[in-house]
Amino acid sequence: MDFNFSDEQTMIRDSLARLLRDQYDFDTRRKVVSSESGWRPEMWQQFAELGLLAAPFSEEDGGLGGGSIDSMVIMEEFGKALVVEPYVPTIVCAGGFLKHAGTPEQKSEHLEAIIGGERVFAFAYAEPRGRYDLNDLETTAKKDGDAYTLNGHKAVVVGAPWASHLIVTARTSGDRRDKDGISVFIVEKDAKGVTTRDYPTVDGRRASEVYFENVSVPAGNLIGEEGKALPLIERIVDEATVAICAEAMGAMGVAHKQTVEYSKQRKQFGIAIGKFQVLQHRMVDMFMEHEQSISMTYMATLKLDEDEVTRKKAVSAAKVRIGQGGRFVGQEAIQIHGGMGMTDELAVGHYFKRLTMIDSEYGNVDYHMRRYSRLSGDDQAMAAE
Amino acid sequence: MNLEFTPEEVAFRKEVREFIENNYPEQLRGVGAREDLGKEDMLAWHQILGKKGWSVPAWPEKYGGTGWTPTQKYIWSEENARMDTIMPLPFGVSMVGPVIYTFGSEEMKAKHLPGIRDGSVWWCQGYSEPGAGSDLASLKTTAVRDGDHYVINGQKTWTTLAQHADWGFFLCRTDPNAAKPQEGISFILADMNTPGIEVKPIKTIDGGHEVNETWLTDVRVPVENLVGKENEGWTYAKFLLAHERSGIAGVARSKRGVEKLRQIASTELLEGKPLINDDDFLRKVSQLEIDLTALEFTELRTLAGEAQGKGPGPESSILKVKGTEIQQRLTELTLEAVGHYGHPYFRGFPEDGSNEFPIGPDYAHQAAPSYFNMRKTSIYGGSNEIQRNIITKMILGL
Repeated sequence: MDFNFSDEQTMIRDSLARLLRDQYDFDTRRKVVSSESGWRPEMWQQFAELGLLAAPFSEEDGGLGGGSIDSMVIMEEFGKALVVEPYVPTIVCAGGFLKHAGTPEQKSEHLEAIIGGERVFAFAYAEPRGRYDLNDLETTAKKDGDAYTLNGHKAVVVGAPWASHLIVTARTSGDRRDKDGISVFIVEKDAKGVTTRDYPTVDGRRASEVYFENVSVPAGNLIGEEGKALPLIERIVDEATVAICAEAMGAMGVAHKQTVEYSKQRKQFGIAIGKFQVLQHRMVDMFMEHEQSISMTYMATLKLDEDEVTRKKAVSAAKVRIGQGGRFVGQEAIQIHGGMGMTDELAVGHYFKRLTMIDSEYGNVDYHMRRYSRLSGDDQAMAAE
Repeated sequence: MNLEFTPEEVAFRKEVREFIENNYPEQLRGVGAREDLGKEDMLAWHQILGKKGWSVPAWPEKYGGTGWTPTQKYIWSEENARMDTIMPLPFGVSMVGPVIYTFGSEEMKAKHLPGIRDGSVWWCQGYSEPGAGSDLASLKTTAVRDGDHYVINGQKTWTTLAQHADWGFFLCRTDPNAAKPQEGISFILADMNTPGIEVKPIKTIDGGHEVNETWLTDVRVPVENLVGKENEGWTYAKFLLAHERSGIAGVARSKRGVEKLRQIASTELLEGKPLINDDDFLRKVSQLEIDLTALEFTELRTLAGEAQGKGPGPESSILKVKGTEIQQRLTELTLEAVGHYGHPYFRGFPEDGSNEFPIGPDYAHQAAPSYFNMRKTSIYGGSNEIQRNIITKMILGL
């Protein structure tokens, strides 16, 4: 067992932290997220130059030979600065599909452009009626000669306004909730029949509703085996879930630190409110939630490559704790900041909003608690047999 | 970063497992808790480990420690939990032992460390007093120098298992005029057979006799029983508490407890189906297991830090708070799981040790007493509120 970061990982963390401190301060971020485009393509280029976009890919694929731990390091720093640029959709999701299941042609077509920062992806998997079930799909893809025809509506596709390409999950056979018959496609956003409605999200990002109307997708854009993609999708979503757990641990740490600092400055009844034991103990509880979130994120990251049941249980356990811890830390941070916590001008409210949205991204506490419980049942049954 | 065990660690686990399976006393197998065991039974495993050289793994090697890595210690506690072993009591091994080898004289080390290692001497802890609980530094027991002796007078309380103790370590006030209450305290060892020491049982809500009042009346102990320097006992007392906290998380035991809880809930029925299949109950078990995973990895991170020379620092307060909360929730859920059969009270009925009149399933017998007993865990070792005060001061800087 080893909980140390490699020299490369430490170097990535240090150089990224420096970049974000210099160029991603809170006021700059506020201006960017309220600008027309809502992000900074030039920042994305700097991420590429730092090697962040190459970090989790193998050298064979043109990357730096890292993996999920590198993504974790990067996402924690992103969480500290509330970075909005689409690292998870492009690198973890699209990159993950290509890495795990892409053909040599697909890799050469897309990976270099992704790693170079020239191509941005979004991951269109959620649907208006599917909630968090990855197999609850009404979007269809019908084989038609050398192409598939896509029809459907994907909900809250984060980063889609900035993307040129989409990864789309669709049903190639079966009924709405079947686990079989699910396939994954690369779709160019400007393909005929794709329309989008773009909007901002409450935590400062951008997303789209994406509609597919008889969109023709070449058969060469199918990732993995037709109809058998659910295990692959589950794996990528687990990797993305752990990535946002790391983001949450970064955000929680800052929300806690800012609260402690504020409690030292703010005076009421003639003394700093941080001298009140009732507040001290709540800030200690925030500290403990943050520490445990770090532990759970490490745990889940380190178990991503284990067998399917172990991986899913680890990821769900982490997402439950991070959902609960993030809510606690966020709500207490606002409460202890008092009226100032309610204002848009203080950063703490923005950390609270991001932490709140992380809970309902890739499955909330209830969803993951249920998944964990069911898998524990499977575990028990297997052990009994 | 990785979670893999090296081939050496896998071999170590095998060695440890075989040793426990081959040497753990037959009569203690399946007993599980030290509840109501006699002195000999409670010391049996300690003495076997002493002969093997494994009774004090955490000590420095020159005093008999094993030099195990954090991972090896983790494996050691997992393997012991697997067999529900009755581990050596903490009062000698984890409390006074480290104080003696860190602050004691060479003569004191030579006199006391061997008995702690081999499990021949039973120690008890004289810290709390009726008027000094969380505010430990307000203690009133006095030790007055009289020639080659200290004369101790006062009353200690919550002296765990003092009814069996051969020796005790006591915090006593040696300078009543010190500027701060912490400054006039000394750490003194006493043979429990010294005239003037009287141990009286305190019966607790679970019906057990685990703790005692210890009265000290004109107890004369030789000055060489003073640990370190006079009036500096508070430093040693705090050192001891930090050591006590680091082992207090009890992760491996709680994991074993969750396994047992699942077995009970697979046997108990709700609406004709196993209780464990009930969504409401299962959710509570899952939450407990998830929180236990968070504790486990927090402890592993702490151990990894210790291996690099950090701590045990104030972070060990997290382990104390979360570890005890989980132990309490585990017994709470177990009591919930057994339903009606949490009610019967077996202590002394029909007579101690008798098993001729079984009522309800065996697994239900200890459910309520364990639940009641485990409420102590968030109170002892520095209450969980005191732990929060420690983090407030040492980590948050408030």
